[in-house]
Amino acid sequence: MQTAQTDGVRFQPASDQSLLIYLGEQITPDAHQRVRKLLRLLEQKPIAGVRDLNPAYCSILVSFDALQLSHAKLEEALRGYIHRLDALRIPKGREREIPTCYGGDFGPDLNEIARLHALTPAQVIQLHASVTYTVYFLGFVPGFAYLGELPEGLATPRLDSPRRSTPPGSVGIAGNQTGVYPFSTPGGWRLIGRTPIAMFRPDRKAMSFLAIGDRVRFTPISAAQFAALDRR
Amino acid sequence: MKTIQVQAPGLLTTVQDLGRPGFGPIGVSPSGAADPISLRIGNRLVANKEGAAALEMMLLGGTFVFPEGAILALTGSDFGATLDDVRVNLGASAEARPGQTLRLGPTSSGARCYLCVQGGIAVKPFLGSASTHILSGLGGFEGRPLRKGDVLRIGRSSKRFRSRKIAAQVSERLYARKVLRVTPGTQADWFSEPSLRAFYGGTYRVGEQSNRMGLRLEGAVISQRGPREMITEGVSLGAIQVPAGGSPIILFVEQQTTGGYPKIANVISADLHRVGQLRPRDELRFDRVTFDAARSLLVEQERMLASRELILE
Repeated sequence: MQTAQTDGVRFQPASDQSLLIYLGEQITPDAHQRVRKLLRLLEQKPIAGVRDLNPAYCSILVSFDALQLSHAKLEEALRGYIHRLDALRIPKGREREIPTCYGGDFGPDLNEIARLHALTPAQVIQLHASVTYTVYFLGFVPGFAYLGELPEGLATPRLDSPRRSTPPGSVGIAGNQTGVYPFSTPGGWRLIGRTPIAMFRPDRKAMSFLAIGDRVRFTPISAAQFAALDRR
Repeated sequence: MKTIQVQAPGLLTTVQDLGRPGFGPIGVSPSGAADPISLRIGNRLVANKEGAAALEMMLLGGTFVFPEGAILALTGSDFGATLDDVRVNLGASAEARPGQTLRLGPTSSGARCYLCVQGGIAVKPFLGSASTHILSGLGGFEGRPLRKGDVLRIGRSSKRFRSRKIAAQVSERLYARKVLRVTPGTQADWFSEPSLRAFYGGTYRVGEQSNRMGLRLEGAVISQRGPREMITEGVSLGAIQVPAGGSPIILFVEQQTTGGYPKIANVISADLHRVGQLRPRDELRFDRVTFDAARSLLVEQERMLASRELILE
């Protein structure tokens, strides 16, 4: 398999119509910034023949029309963008708040997480709501934001067997990440609460409530506040 | 305006076109027809643009009434269609007179049959496409599979009926093989030699739990060389990922856009339409080809699809 390394960048064909570009080999703020910058450049000045972009922690999958582009041509075009990344300044992410009703039916795994970490459920809530998270990228399903990182002492492995379905708005944790399920999907993240905010709004211009690079805080709310805010 | 009345929806019938690529940054996968080549050919048989919206049926077709009549074509797999009890040929244009009923039954070949009508199915596009994305309930007809009683609108068109059919040898070349050709996956070198040999040497069966998001495969269990942590990354259409249990999954049109399992291989573009015709319990094998060979096969296939010999008038 052809791989190449220059400027801390690695290219790897993923299929005959897609190429992965790795901008780092570990989840770091630096790799994230480079992903954000390259995504922005590719959105502002698209490469002819590119069909789709899938950003992640330290890579972007670039899908292309194989009748129009090849891996080699695309790699060459991408290299033209790479050397501009360091000088590029992009705005800080927006501040976003996710009101969350923790525990009870909304957070069926809260007590178990507390037990695993020898904390009280109230302490788990307090910890989860104590930090500002970064949206590393949106992926998996429409509007699903990968948020990191959890405060130390809250990181928990995924469920051994995923749930068949998780209600929309469920707030979960997995490893040292946290996130909100926008739709009812199967899922292995441990659920600690639920937000009344719609994470994906097809009737709005900005369909996803969160965007890559946003700074996010969870705010504990009561069941009564949840009911008042819930317009689903 | 012409309409289609759904008398029986079939097992899983959705409005599909060629999908909505370009929204990966907000987590939206392209969706679109599971067998896009059948959709494209069907649309040409009724003088539509190749990417017009049509109905995709799975395993068991529906019953549809055309109160104002319609020019139609069925492509893909044979679901034993009749128009008021007269057999309708697969891969040929046909005309329904006002009030006629099209009945489809269970498949006698592959997983999917497409009903294309002249003018296309008219639905409000979502992100530029008529395709239904079932999981998120977006696109298509009310974001869901069809139900009894639904009334679909047919797009405006005033072309006359012309008899057209697909050249027989073309269908054979497009669908004959039970082998999926693949290129090496992003983490192909994470898997042990014996596992790679088993993957390429063995036969896999399509599991019952398969759908438009992915096809679960039963067969030789694949293991990694050693435990290695995978960082979630973008996943391409047709990627074959291997979760901890070792049973491969082919990611398909309504796939998740990113994933954290290593990929052993990826179905080539020229064979993706055949994934859409695989039924639960079908058996298949994998054949490894180079990226260059995959590209040549796609170019050759597109040349065949563009040729005048494809459609006989």
